[in-house]
Parts: sequence; C-alpha cells; structure tokens
Amino acid sequence: MRWISIGLGLAVTGVIGFFAVRELLIDPLYFFELFLGGLTRGSIYALIALGYTMVYGIIQLINFAHGEIYMIGAMTALIVASVLGLWGWNTAVIAILAFVFAIVYSCAYGFTVEKIAYKPLRHAPRLSALISAIGMSLFLQNYVMLAQTPEYLPFRTLIPDFHFWEPYAHIITSVELTIIITTVIVMILLGILIKFTRIGKAMRATAQDKVMAALLGINVNNVISATFVVGSATAAIGGVLIACHVGQINFFIGFLAGLKAFIAAVLGGIGSIPGAVLGSLVLGISESYFTGYFWSEYEDVFAFSILVLILIFRPSGILGKHDAQKV
Amino acid sequence: MLKLTNIHTYYGNIHALKGIDIEVEEGEVISLIGANGAGKSTTLMTTCGIVPAKKGRIELNGEDITYLPPDEIVKKGICQVPEGRRIFPYLTVAENLDMGAFLRNDTEKIKQDLEYVYELFPILANRKNQAGGTLSGGEQQMLAISRALMSRPKILLLDEPSLGLAPIIVKQIFAIIGKINQENKTTIFIVEQNANLALKAAHRGYVMETGQITMTDTGANLLVNEDVKKAYLGI
Repeated sequence: MRWISIGLGLAVTGVIGFFAVRELLIDPLYFFELFLGGLTRGSIYALIALGYTMVYGIIQLINFAHGEIYMIGAMTALIVASVLGLWGWNTAVIAILAFVFAIVYSCAYGFTVEKIAYKPLRHAPRLSALISAIGMSLFLQNYVMLAQTPEYLPFRTLIPDFHFWEPYAHIITSVELTIIITTVIVMILLGILIKFTRIGKAMRATAQDKVMAALLGINVNNVISATFVVGSATAAIGGVLIACHVGQINFFIGFLAGLKAFIAAVLGGIGSIPGAVLGSLVLGISESYFTGYFWSEYEDVFAFSILVLILIFRPSGILGKHDAQKV
Repeated sequence: MLKLTNIHTYYGNIHALKGIDIEVEEGEVISLIGANGAGKSTTLMTTCGIVPAKKGRIELNGEDITYLPPDEIVKKGICQVPEGRRIFPYLTVAENLDMGAFLRNDTEKIKQDLEYVYELFPILANRKNQAGGTLSGGEQQMLAISRALMSRPKILLLDEPSLGLAPIIVKQIFAIIGKINQENKTTIFIVEQNANLALKAAHRGYVMETGQITMTDTGANLLVNEDVKKAYLGI
C-alpha cells in the first residue's frame, strides 16, 4: 500500500508538473491570473476552514452548521447594507457597519448553536453531536429561507474599484485584492491571538488536554464558547467578502462553501490551524487551475474527488498530527 | 483545612467511593495508600470537582466546595498533579509553567515563583523552550509539580508521583516534596501505590480498600502495622 501510494503520488506529481510548465510557457499571464483567482478562492476557504479546524481541535466535532454561520454573516451584511443604502449613507461607513454587524450576528449565532446543539451532548457519543450539527445546519438554512426569501438577492457593492489599482485591474480586481489582503490580516491577528493572549493559550491547552486545563483553573466551557465565537467571526468576514465578490447571495450559499472549506480543513489536517490555511490555499489554487484548463462544470466533482483521495491515501492530511477519526 | 465527609462518588452505575472521610490539617503531609482501583485517584478527582460527589460534603477552611466547578476550586487554592502527569505535549516547558499561573495576575510574584521552581528543578530551566512532550518521564513529573506550584496552592494534591519512574528519580522527587512542604508551608496530600515511600514521607496516612477508608494513623505507626505490612509493604 505504502509503495503504491508513493508511486502514484510521484506519477501524478510528474504529470501535473509537466502540464504546469507547458502552460506556463505557452501563456504566462493566464497562468498567473488563474493563480491569483485560486488565491482569492483559497482565502475565502481559509476564513471558513479555520472555524472547522479550531472547533475540531478542541471538541473533536465537525461543526456542519459552520457553513450556515458564514451564510448568516453574508445575509446580515446584505440587510444592513440595503437599509443603510436606502438612507443614502456613505459607502465606506456602510461597508464598515456591514462588517461589524455581520461579525456580531454570526458570533451570536455560533455561540448559541454551541450552547443549544452541542453543549448538552458533550458527554454523549460523538455521532450524536454530529447528527445534531447536521440538524442545526438544516434548521438554519430553512429558517433563513422562511424568514427572508428563497430567491437570490443582489448584494450592494461595498468595495469600490480603487483608482490606484486600475492599471492592474485586468489581472486581479480590487475586490479580489481586498479579499486576499483582508485574509492575510485576519490570519496574522488570529496567530497573535492564539500564540500570545491569555484566551489563546487557554485554547491551546484545552485542545491538548481538557481535564488538565480544568485542573489548572481554566474554565473549559468558556474556552469552547470562545472558540466558536472566533471561528464564527472569521467565517462572517469570509461571508461578507464573498458576497461582495459574487454580487448576489441566497440562503443556500453556506452549504457548498461549508463543504469545500471542510475539504480544505481535512486536506490540511483537521485540528491544525496552519494546516487549514495551507489546505485552503492548495484546494483554491488547484480548483482554479482545474476549471481554467479543463472543465469548469466539474469544479465540485474535482473538490470532492480530492476529499476521497485524501481520505484513502493520507487521512491525517498534509500537516495532521494524528490519524483522522471517523466522522 | 481540607475535610471530606461521607463522600459518595459514582462513575455511571459504579459506586467508586462509598462514604469516605478524610481530614487534612494545615501544613501536614498526608498519604493515601491502597491497591489499584481502590478509589484513590477518584478521591482526588472528586475533590477537584472533575467527578463531582453524589453525596457528602467537602470543605476547605470551613467553606463548602463540594459542588463548585473545577476552575473555582483551583481559585480557592487546591491544585492537583494528576496521575500520568498530563503535560501539555505541544506547549513548551515555559508555556506549561505559564499555564499553571493561569489564574494569577501578579506578574512580579509569578516571576519570583518561576525562579523558585527553576531552582528546585534546574533541568527545567535548561529545557525551557523544549516542547513538553519531548521530556523524559522524570522531567515531566518535575514539570507537572512545578506547574502546580505556579498556581501558589494552599494544598497540593499529588497522584502517584512515583509512577513509572526510576528509583533514584523517585527519591529525588520525594525529597523535593518534603522541601516544598517545609519551605512554603504548603499542605500536601499524596496518593500512592508505593506505600513504603509514601508513609515515610507523611505525617499521617489513610489506607483505602474498594472505595472505603479502612485505617488511619500516623505514617510511622502505619509503617509498623501488621496488616499494612502484609498487604502493602510486602513484608
């Protein structure tokens, strides 16, 4: 099995490498554009995947309602932006308020979902919590569909086309640039939070040994809540950014985005934060090349094939520490 | 200081502690000995609020702490070094020690305490930036004790400090435990299978069998007690 994996891996890498070099020589600009497109995609995946991987790291649960938190972030921003837009407020103010409201709402939802759907099941078999997560996901989708509308809604442009960027806008638009830069900033802030702050240290300790963390005076329930809140905040940022990029949203956008981010988290090694970021970028960029050079209709098939291949050949992911467990 | 009265604890349907009474006075070293599965570790976990008692009362200096959550109990000054040490494997030695001081804000005093534990166990100072999981068993035990000390406990609970360690390391660790008790006036409650060592180190001892306390006396008296000798000292 081991030799087969290595042989297959080398063969696939060789073929991909050959095509990559060939395409790069034929049309370097197109190659580079696809790379940037993939980077944008990957950034959004990373913002969502962080929530999956952090929650998994701390309570070993795949929070399938996480995609819905992302959708709620986008939805909240849409409502805030539309209302304030009607009142004729300045776009910059609207953008800031839309982000703030989206983050606050998503955090509130993430916090509540954990309290209602997962906390009572903390000591139950893991399958129960997983089913609860799927239930929560369906509930939130249908709730937003009924409370809002099943139709696609146009999203007001919050990020203008920057003047100074015009000469390069044909390669990468202002919105895409904003997505990449915002993601980098969020990652740096998150890194600081995890590495240096009190709550970040408590998160790392709790992820490694919950009982010991409690024995040192860490309130484990608060740490778990904080993890959901942080993950929801980054997902909300991702939601607003993607809505600005695509220009329309509906209640169902969280489903596929959530699954893709989940694939990215598994690809990087679920439970590992650098892994989630790496997995997202790898998935985003490879999807972009796949759709750019082969068939764009098979984009999702490609992503799910990657999931199947990882689960067969490297279940612990690229940076995973231990074997992934059954979902 | 610490008083357990008629404590009953269950794991699901298993009646692990069947009404135990233990009293620890300030400044004492107390040992609780007994065979595997007698309920020694459960006694500590119940005291710390991890496996709360079904019945009974735990008091710290007269205050009822039976049903407080674990973090509140640590705030009151009880800290446990659990069985198997439970070092955070991916945190560095310094970060592990830092976690011990999680509830404290007095930066200056934390620094002093850090120097104190590095003095107690100089090897930890050398391994400051190494991941906890890379330490040897003995070093991990030293780190676990130091980490607990960083919380400035009034009472330190030690679960099987000798487990899996070379005799020479065990000796060293027990010497330090005595030193901590004398220098800081920290009350110490040791749970041990190694009855000989534990009773020698203790002022008083308790003997536990299948969830009940069967005997209590001074450490010296228990060491010469015929029943204890036969059952636990192998003489």
